[in-house]
Amino acid sequence: MNATKITKFNGKGVYVKGNDIDTDRIIPARFLKCVTFDELGPSLFYDERFDEDGDSKGHVLDKEQHQGAEILISDTNFGCGSSREHAPQAIQKFGLKAVIADSFAEIFHGNCTTLGIPCVTMDKSAREKLVALMETDPYAEIIIDLEELKVICANNIFDINMKESARKAFLAATCDPLDNLLSATDEIARIAAKLGYA
Amino acid sequence: MGKNLYQKVWDDHVVRQLDSGQYQLFIALHLIHEVTSPQAFGMLKDKGLKVAYPGRTFATVDHIIPTDDQSRPLADDMAERMIQVLVDATRENGIEFFAPESGSQGIVHVVGPELGLTQPGMTIGCGDSHTSTHGAFGCIALGIGTSQVRDVLASQTIAMDPLKVRRILIEGELSTGVTAKDVILHIIRTLGVNGGVGFAYEYAGSVIENMSMEERMTVCNMSIEGGARCGYVNPDETTYRFLRGRERVPEGDAFDTILEKWRAYASDAAASYDDEVIFDAVDIKPTVTWGVTPGQAISIDEVIPDPDSADGLEKQLISDALDHMQLQANQPIKGTKIDVAFLGSCTNGRLSDFKQVASILKGRKVSPSVRAIAVPGSEKVDKAARELNLHLIFEEAGFEWRKPGCSMCLAMNPDKLKGDEVCASSSNRNFIGRQGSPTGRTILMSPIMVAAAAVEGKVADAREVFGLLR
Ligand code: SF4
Repeated sequence: MNATKITKFNGKGVYVKGNDIDTDRIIPARFLKCVTFDELGPSLFYDERFDEDGDSKGHVLDKEQHQGAEILISDTNFGCGSSREHAPQAIQKFGLKAVIADSFAEIFHGNCTTLGIPCVTMDKSAREKLVALMETDPYAEIIIDLEELKVICANNIFDINMKESARKAFLAATCDPLDNLLSATDEIARIAAKLGYA
Repeated sequence: MGKNLYQKVWDDHVVRQLDSGQYQLFIALHLIHEVTSPQAFGMLKDKGLKVAYPGRTFATVDHIIPTDDQSRPLADDMAERMIQVLVDATRENGIEFFAPESGSQGIVHVVGPELGLTQPGMTIGCGDSHTSTHGAFGCIALGIGTSQVRDVLASQTIAMDPLKVRRILIEGELSTGVTAKDVILHIIRTLGVNGGVGFAYEYAGSVIENMSMEERMTVCNMSIEGGARCGYVNPDETTYRFLRGRERVPEGDAFDTILEKWRAYASDAAASYDDEVIFDAVDIKPTVTWGVTPGQAISIDEVIPDPDSADGLEKQLISDALDHMQLQANQPIKGTKIDVAFLGSCTNGRLSDFKQVASILKGRKVSPSVRAIAVPGSEKVDKAARELNLHLIFEEAGFEWRKPGCSMCLAMNPDKLKGDEVCASSSNRNFIGRQGSPTGRTILMSPIMVAAAAVEGKVADAREVFGLLR
């Protein structure tokens, strides 16, 4: 699963504006009725995108120029709320590969990292500039470079930040930690015995 | 220099540091339910892995289970399938499952503590963000994603970054009619919905010390709404008293032995913290939300904020919230008409919540314009309430007394708001669409405030409605 290391993410961007965008908005609870995550893509931001009859409300994700966007940009505390992995799964299944925001809620951030979706932070003025660039040219390619911690768009270079452990996981291709966790079975057994949980 | 509880529990459960810099943390107790966990068994199967410590995982159903007719097969096909996947997976893997009608089913965060599975000094993981509830017992209790549920099933560990610890002291004495729910809404309102990012919250001070375990659970439950990864209270005599005699707690000499172990986990007097915030109990009033995040809250006698008092995105946030809620800036929240009253959830669906409300609801009637439901948090809560005839008090007042489950907290079962109904809710999230209708409106408040709103048909001050100040 972690065989290939990916440290550059590129594609068109889409800006979903707002602070505290919660997981119920990213994927409303009724779509959590599933036994696999495979079908979640179309339900991303469903209630923001469609009215009760299923007609488009003209959400930014549905705008012609943002079709096929791969980089999601938002503001503060993105992904707050529930621990549902359905949220990053829906983002990924929709076709988005990376998220740029001012800050992230922690459980969401962790879930994204495990799935190989980098969550990078960029300060407000830089994000405003990036969003302005996208407005001028929605088709402009955005490149996120995790090695250099830079975002490049239309000849502009922006600094980004990333939680160090997450960045290391991307650089070492160990986003999914399971194999690593399983390599310590003896130590795990020792702790379990010591704490009386064996 | 001493250690705080977080550091002690962490140090005891760390297996090793990983190359990424994260730590591998042993999970003492793993709780699973039908919404975020069935998928993890599929992932396990794909990798050809087995559950490593089946005796450390316990399952129940709560999120999608209907609260009227729970007979199988459930009317909703997908809900039925999700439960069946969980039933099969737990059976195959030797995991104990608290099924409906077993007498132990209920909301996962109500079940763990009431059975005594939740014990001081544990690390607890569950695929649900309100796992923070269990911190009331002095645990590091973490909401985790489905891939991490898989990790726990496969290895009984997760990979995690260490947290900082903020001590939140609440000193003084709460005034009449001010509850644990008001305390936590006040804290979140003050520190912000992302104020706790990167932190574990340690709640302390005289207000917390004087709280019952159920009240402490209410406070810890909503830590996540303040952005904190978890929240806890140091265990004390109240904790030990609550646990003694519970089904899954050892008895006799074995209890004394485990008690010694529990005692060692409380924060040392000389422990250091990364941050400290002090609240004065006199500043805390009955608190209700006016917006679409739990931090958008005011006390019952305040007016709704004005977007013009803020700028930039904050201004936008306030005006968007007011649009959704169809509320006017600078108007009192008191008097806002409600359509639905919901009493329940892992925040306020415990016996003490129903007892407290019953004591003031007796002889009162729910306003004819209000649909009111009371949903016990577990079969044990339901049974205990029935033994005290509390359900009759609720029914006489005009509440429907339902079967246990999450119900209208997230509306994955048939309990939903319709259209733009306004709900006075004892749950923990007022996010847009949370209660099942994209245009539905949620006002979070304490159980007695929900009762007051139900009786008046509008947001009201429970202290006035029920004459609590006299
Ligand atoms: S009651 Fe609500 S918050 Fe609690 S576990 Fe159920 S859905 Fe989650």
